[in-house]
Amino acid sequence: MKIPAVTPTILLAAALLVYPLIFSGPFYLDVGVTFLLAAISASAWNIVGGYAGQVSVGHAMFFGLGAYAPLLCYTLFQWAPIAGIPFGIVFSIALAVLIGIPTFRLTGHYFSMATIAVAELIRIYFGTWDLVGAAIGLQGPATARGWWDLTFRSELPYYYIFLAVLAVLLRLTFLIERRRFGYYLRAIKAGERAARSLGVPVQQIKIKALVLSAAFTSLAGSLYSVKTGFIDPESGFGILVSVQMVIIAALGGAGKLYGPLVGALILIPLQTATNTWFGGGGTGLTFILYGGIIVLIARYEPGGLFELWERIAPRDWRRKNAS
Amino acid sequence: MLLLQVIVGGLLLGAIYALFSSGLTLIWGMMNFINFAHGEFVMLGMYVSLLVVVWLGGGPAAFGFAAAFSLFVLGVFVYLSLIRYVLRGPMLSQILSTFGLALLLRYTAFWIFSANFVSLPQTSLSGTLNVGGVLMPVPQLVAGVIAILLTIGLHLMLTRTKVGSQLLAVSEDRGAAMLMGIRPDRMQALAWGLSAGAAGIAGALMAIAYPWSPSVGETFGLTAFVVVALGGFGSVPGALLAGLIIGLIQALSAFWFGPIYKDIIVYALFVALLWLRPQGLMGKA
Repeated sequence: MKIPAVTPTILLAAALLVYPLIFSGPFYLDVGVTFLLAAISASAWNIVGGYAGQVSVGHAMFFGLGAYAPLLCYTLFQWAPIAGIPFGIVFSIALAVLIGIPTFRLTGHYFSMATIAVAELIRIYFGTWDLVGAAIGLQGPATARGWWDLTFRSELPYYYIFLAVLAVLLRLTFLIERRRFGYYLRAIKAGERAARSLGVPVQQIKIKALVLSAAFTSLAGSLYSVKTGFIDPESGFGILVSVQMVIIAALGGAGKLYGPLVGALILIPLQTATNTWFGGGGTGLTFILYGGIIVLIARYEPGGLFELWERIAPRDWRRKNAS
Repeated sequence: MLLLQVIVGGLLLGAIYALFSSGLTLIWGMMNFINFAHGEFVMLGMYVSLLVVVWLGGGPAAFGFAAAFSLFVLGVFVYLSLIRYVLRGPMLSQILSTFGLALLLRYTAFWIFSANFVSLPQTSLSGTLNVGGVLMPVPQLVAGVIAILLTIGLHLMLTRTKVGSQLLAVSEDRGAAMLMGIRPDRMQALAWGLSAGAAGIAGALMAIAYPWSPSVGETFGLTAFVVVALGGFGSVPGALLAGLIIGLIQALSAFWFGPIYKDIIVYALFVALLWLRPQGLMGKA
């Protein structure tokens, strides 16, 4: 029997749509929301880190800017937090251009180092800046003044909002894959010099990818802070925020459409489990685990689980799926 | 006089920066590879010193040697078990490998030693020296001077000895070096040992004079990036000069603007460098 190529996508969408109806307890709903948020930010990272092969280890700077903007608008002007989302995106894009222009002229290592240094710089600076609440951070509206505050008692509305954003992002990535832009990205990843000699505007394409990635990472940050109603330098700009994006995308398969989804599907339950089993002291253990997983991926499966699957899946299943 | 004191303090700390950064620049220049876990190597050197002092009651010479030796072994082990393989892999796995290693080491240290700041128990090195009105704590002075001597020693080893020539030969042309009877793998393992060993002994020197916690690794790692970027990739004399400059800048910015700004200014300098002079002070364009 032939399986149409869209079947997995439809099944996935259906599963994600009905998940909160089946697992309606607050615990499972929270896991679901965390999963979606992780999948959104890792998918956003995937555009520049996976498809273009420019490994950012400081994407938290975009996440943090996006997370601060809504709550800052609320604190300063009493606006609805969502009104701040565009500001976060604009600042993130400006920052992306500022970092992209000098570092993309150089080899890939420079980009990685610049991203981690800038993220740390912003984190330390926000920790001392009184306007953004310094080390204490910012808070959102305690009770909703209307639906536009997006402050819900239940997690259910957040779940569907996040799911919609994820769907848009994945659809966009899917389109990029098929367009000239996507081919350019893969060409740059495979060999920058060769791509340039074939007339690919390398510098411009890399900056475009970073800008797109930064915009969606910023949106993910905004969604996070609107939902939790709280942000501080560590949860916005901390290195672990960046780490989570990288590890989720790399575990599933960097540069694959559903790679981040697969990564999040494994890592988020794992993280929840270690936090539940080991209590508050488990967070440290989670990061030891993260480090170990990253090293193992780098050493044995740089292509992530997707490539592993492609190698070990039974050949006839693969053929059926491909046709 | 206070300003002079701040300058001396900055230069002494900068000397230690120079020592561990020369380890990073060695790896970078030789195999075009960034070790994101380098700061964690320094941090481990500090804890090795602490363990040697607390458990074995060793003096500065003992824990300095222990830190250098154990980190040398760790460096060789990391190369042979991990780096050797990812060097052949894609860019993503090169960056992920040491980045993951950094997390692994940092949070294991948090788990074992807790997040509290610790410092070495009082050793034979204590007191202050008064040189023309400038008060210099003896531990800092000894640590800084030894760090400068070791960095110069590493440079002489790379440029004046047979092993150094072999290391440079491998970094210049792996294939040609192999034809000359040099084993690149062995030389690269040695380079990783030397690099981690330099970080380890720098950690021991730092532990003499300053308190620390597991989180210092991240700061030192980033500082080493800035030093190497400023000094020029692969240049040990560049790292020495840049280390002293960065130490000085940190001390002065902490003095003038407040201690929180010392890292902000250094990282901002790094971003400015990328715009203006990415090859560094002594690097080749």
